[in-house]
Amino acid sequence: MANVTLKNIKKSFGATHVIHGIDAEIKDGEFIVIVGPSGCGKSTLLRMVAGLETITSGDIFIGDERANEKEPMDRDIAMVFQNYALYPHMSVRQNMGYGLKIAKLPKSEIDAKVQDAAKLLQLEPLLERKPRQLSGGQRQRVAMGRAIVREPSVFLFDEPLSNLDAKLRVQMRLEIRELQEKLGITALYVTHDQVEAMTMADRMIVMNGGIAEQIGTPLDVYEKPQTLFAAQFIGSPAMNIFDAHVEGCQVKIRDLPIGPAQGRDGPVKLGIRPEHLVKTSDAALNASIQMSEPLGANTLLHGKLTGFDNIAITASLPGVHLLETKSFHIGFAVEPANIHLFDPETGRRLPV
Amino acid sequence: MEQRSGMVEKRGMGLWLTHGFMITGVLIIFFPIWLAFVASTVTQPEIVSPPMPLLPGGHFWENYKTALLSGVNVPVATMLMNSLIMAIGIAVGKIIISLLSAFAIVYFRFPGRTIFFWMIFLTLMLPVEVRILPTFEVVAGFGMLNSYSGLIFPLIASATATFLFRQFFLTIPDELAEAARVDGAQPMRFFIDIVLPMSRTNIAALFVILFIYGWNQYLWPLLITTDPEMNTIVMGIKQMFPSGDDVAEWPVIMATSILAMIPPVIVVVSMQKLFVRGLVDSEK
Repeated sequence: MANVTLKNIKKSFGATHVIHGIDAEIKDGEFIVIVGPSGCGKSTLLRMVAGLETITSGDIFIGDERANEKEPMDRDIAMVFQNYALYPHMSVRQNMGYGLKIAKLPKSEIDAKVQDAAKLLQLEPLLERKPRQLSGGQRQRVAMGRAIVREPSVFLFDEPLSNLDAKLRVQMRLEIRELQEKLGITALYVTHDQVEAMTMADRMIVMNGGIAEQIGTPLDVYEKPQTLFAAQFIGSPAMNIFDAHVEGCQVKIRDLPIGPAQGRDGPVKLGIRPEHLVKTSDAALNASIQMSEPLGANTLLHGKLTGFDNIAITASLPGVHLLETKSFHIGFAVEPANIHLFDPETGRRLPV
Repeated sequence: MEQRSGMVEKRGMGLWLTHGFMITGVLIIFFPIWLAFVASTVTQPEIVSPPMPLLPGGHFWENYKTALLSGVNVPVATMLMNSLIMAIGIAVGKIIISLLSAFAIVYFRFPGRTIFFWMIFLTLMLPVEVRILPTFEVVAGFGMLNSYSGLIFPLIASATATFLFRQFFLTIPDELAEAARVDGAQPMRFFIDIVLPMSRTNIAALFVILFIYGWNQYLWPLLITTDPEMNTIVMGIKQMFPSGDDVAEWPVIMATSILAMIPPVIVVVSMQKLFVRGLVDSEK
């Protein structure tokens, strides 16, 4: 059990700067998801916490101790790798007990701990098998087991579910979350999947281009994205972003008034989530829909703003909406509370 | 339908033809060995009087006993032992050294890493024969003539094996090394617990190749062993040939040849499974 503090962490590989200073306070027992597109530095950040990469500048504290120069084994962490990294020639039992064996624990104690972890993960019948005799989900569990037996203060997960099929992924993400809550161990979890981030995180760190765009609870990030990037990255389908401007306490796309806005006049980026577009008959936003994707419970509609062929819009409406004609017109309204405005220069959130 | 049966017949013909070729090939290759075996089971007068016998005679035990226990210069048993010590020494030594140097080159970042690798790689181009005089000078200087260390050490470094192990180590995922590091394994611990067991089939394959390489060394033992007690069998056969007017004891020499072939065959046959697996798949 430990809190983790990152203070202005930077990393460069030679002349290439990949992480530009990240600060985060992770509380004891918290489940933190680091989410971002590939190449944003999220895995590098995790590997620095693990001690597998050196830290160019800044400090990492695990518990209350500075951990910058510590070897991975001395940091009291356990890591689950994307491809599981199980030792292929060892049985499940040996894989799970290897760290303890190196720590020179007595054999009886290792056996007891491995047995406990196997029970927790329902791996007992598989203990004598080799990794190649296991399915993807089972290997994933063994990798978790190897992390659990060490009773670390911090769990580190590096995209652990990305090699599993969709159904198993949903199941494993619940299992991981449940397990982490039961054990109360602080966890850092790296993923590029925003659904995993939304469902698993106590708080998430949205990363892009080596900086933390936003750190907050999933609902915070969803409801009040602090940057344009966070707004577009979290939520599926992605938020509609329009070039708009504020004029006399109104936000407008060209000359269509969308809703009230504070602040001084000038150009802004206007964000509206597809699921916040409501179908009405007398609306400012009219769209001609070219594509509909019925998902059962709701339907995704893709089209262009009527009159503006270069402005695309996506809406997600409850129920089934099939295209009766080739192009089909629909009017949308949006609640003032669901309007997001961003500074077009900095990408920062503006008050509405 | 007709065409199909024609196809089958053609395939049948092809099958017979390939088998015919292979059997002929085996017979041609096997014939000298058969002759050697026949010659090792008859008496000296029977060999020298034409026509040469093609069926084994009744002196098998007698000839082999003479060869093993007294030989011509030195009992063949001694030479077999010398060869065995040399071949195993070379094979095991080469494997240990290559494993360690490949491990260093792949897993450690030290200054001059690539230079060292290319230097090792370059020595691939220098066979024993090219560097034989300076090597002889060095070995003589160390007083290692007529000794096992003199037979083994000059041949113990292997660029080929280092290169093969390097290629294999590069296929081991980095995460495995990282997982071991998180588990607290020091580099040598990682080497012994993870890398070594994973290389097991490669080691077996190399052992077979290197054992035969060591066993078949001819020029080097010929140069540095003047004492018959230190002769190895492959060169020892040559030493059995008569000089001057002595009469060649062909049955004993042939028995020695047959005996010289047996250990490599045993090694290949007993390790065949591992050998093939080592060449075909890399266990990951």
